[in-house]
Amino acid sequence: MSTILKVEALRVAIGALTPLSSVSFSLEKGETLGLVGESGSGKSLTAMAIMGLLPLIGGRITGGSVVFDGSDLTALPEPAYRKLRGGRIGLITQNPMTSLDPLKKVGSQIDVVARLHLGLDKSAARNRTVELLGELRIPEPASIYHLYPHQLSGGMKQRIVIAMALAADPDLLIADEPTTALDVTVQAQIIRLLSDLIRDRGLSMVLITHDMSVVAQACDKVVVMYAGTAVEYGTVAAIFDDPRHPYTKALIGCIPRGLAGAQRLKGIEGTVPSVAHYPQGCRFHPRCPRAEAICAAVSPPFIASRDGAAACHFAGAVG
Amino acid sequence: MIIKYTLQRLLMLIPVSLSISVVIFLVVHLLPGDPIDNLMRVGSSPEDRLAMTVKYGLDRTLVEQYLLWIRSILSGDFGEAIVLRRPVSALIWQNLPYSLTLGALAFAFSSIVGMIAGTVSAVAKNPVVEQVVKAFILLGSTVPSFWLALLMILLFSVTLGWFPVSGAKTWTALVLPVLTIGFGGIALVARVTRVALVEIARQDFVTLLHAKGLSRSTILFRHLLPHAFLPVVTILALRIGWILGGAVTVEFVFGRPGLGSLLIRALGQRDYPVVQGCLLMLALAVMLGTLIGDVAQAALDPRVREATT
Repeated sequence: MSTILKVEALRVAIGALTPLSSVSFSLEKGETLGLVGESGSGKSLTAMAIMGLLPLIGGRITGGSVVFDGSDLTALPEPAYRKLRGGRIGLITQNPMTSLDPLKKVGSQIDVVARLHLGLDKSAARNRTVELLGELRIPEPASIYHLYPHQLSGGMKQRIVIAMALAADPDLLIADEPTTALDVTVQAQIIRLLSDLIRDRGLSMVLITHDMSVVAQACDKVVVMYAGTAVEYGTVAAIFDDPRHPYTKALIGCIPRGLAGAQRLKGIEGTVPSVAHYPQGCRFHPRCPRAEAICAAVSPPFIASRDGAAACHFAGAVG
Repeated sequence: MIIKYTLQRLLMLIPVSLSISVVIFLVVHLLPGDPIDNLMRVGSSPEDRLAMTVKYGLDRTLVEQYLLWIRSILSGDFGEAIVLRRPVSALIWQNLPYSLTLGALAFAFSSIVGMIAGTVSAVAKNPVVEQVVKAFILLGSTVPSFWLALLMILLFSVTLGWFPVSGAKTWTALVLPVLTIGFGGIALVARVTRVALVEIARQDFVTLLHAKGLSRSTILFRHLLPHAFLPVVTILALRIGWILGGAVTVEFVFGRPGLGSLLIRALGQRDYPVVQGCLLMLALAVMLGTLIGDVAQAALDPRVREATT
């Protein structure tokens, strides 16, 4: 297996603030990696950094590297980056309701990707789009092609967004909370669709979510993020069977189990601190049930375990 | 679909025009003074005056006069000008081309320059450019056109002698009136364009356009500007009537023939049929402007098209 994406010690600044630091992970070809954490943990920022779209929100990479298929993207000039975006890396965004241009037919919004990156002419791109829509289990793709976004349901729109991401046969998909804005029944369909696509097309995917059950369903590896930094990584099996970081444990504890109402849903006390108020030491310590004096003083190093590592002073301890 | 919608809207103009005609007629007849005063020579007798009043039907009831006016509109001549003694339609046809030329040029000038200025100020990352355009926008939306007209005459005609002070004999006489009317429009259009562009650039779908690998200029011209165009079209359509209204004072200041000059002169002489005819024309222009704006909106935005047609 070869590595398609390797992020190392990534550091992102917006103005004087550093909302993202020491994020590292690597993704092998054909794998799906889950980036998990609450809102404000820096998951989407990581996605924007990989896509080279930080300038849109006034941010920049101030340290570390993002290596895609052997070349470092942090030094890549904009024209070359544009070939990569949509061409070799596809992005799927969170809210399909606002992700499409309301004035353009959905078909043409997909066509443009194949025309731009594969050099197809109008009719070839169109045939390809209709074929792709069929592959995404969209009924009557030829007529959907001519509709405007407001004429489609949320699930359909998300399929259109997925089609845009796939139109130029990319190697890597970045899916930023692809199901968050959808109905529960549609969520499962979209996750299954994405999993099938990854398997059938040999794609790799970074799947950003706050939902541990989605991770269990679709991912091979996991990076748990908290307050702008990675706190634990490992294989899905390792993370679920033997979570080492108290935050990971708490997240897994939030998955509802058994019959509804049989048991009170668990949450995590407190909220994620904002960028300007990241605590000293371990950033999770104010909310951590396991916290001791050292946690507030010293930022914990990663301690390796079976198939993973966790940034907690007590990660080596049993229990 | 759009054609049917346009025809429906055109039919709606008939009842609206009728009610406007009532208002115009009443306002004009409620003005103090009457046109006969302007026809009397020194030493005319009260009998002469009465004869004149009867001749022009001014002794009849208001309802009768109104119905006679409507009949003259339907017959196409809009009645006979009392002081100028010609059919009102002839007067309007003679002056309309001047107003239309001025209005169309001012409209095109303010739309094009306004959209360019608005786009530049929204896209430029340069704070100096942004501030200059902003200052210009503020100035343009606050300076009254009659004052600007006098200032322009003073500078460009009297001091520099580049353009004629008044009249409409050469094309150069159009420059200052077009600039005067267009100036306020540029500011308005620039502001609306700027706000719309800044607003749209923040939307999610723009991030996704970048993620597809499209270049900045493609995104601006193919996606952002069409969106910014929607509010701009609405504003422009409303301005069609506004420009003709603004032309009234500007035509007068520059001594140009046109509907505005005709209206002001006829108002001074209380020449009822002429005033009524001109006002009806202006009202029609405003209504057509709104209609064009709505139809353009439906043509540009599939969501509006679905809701209206």
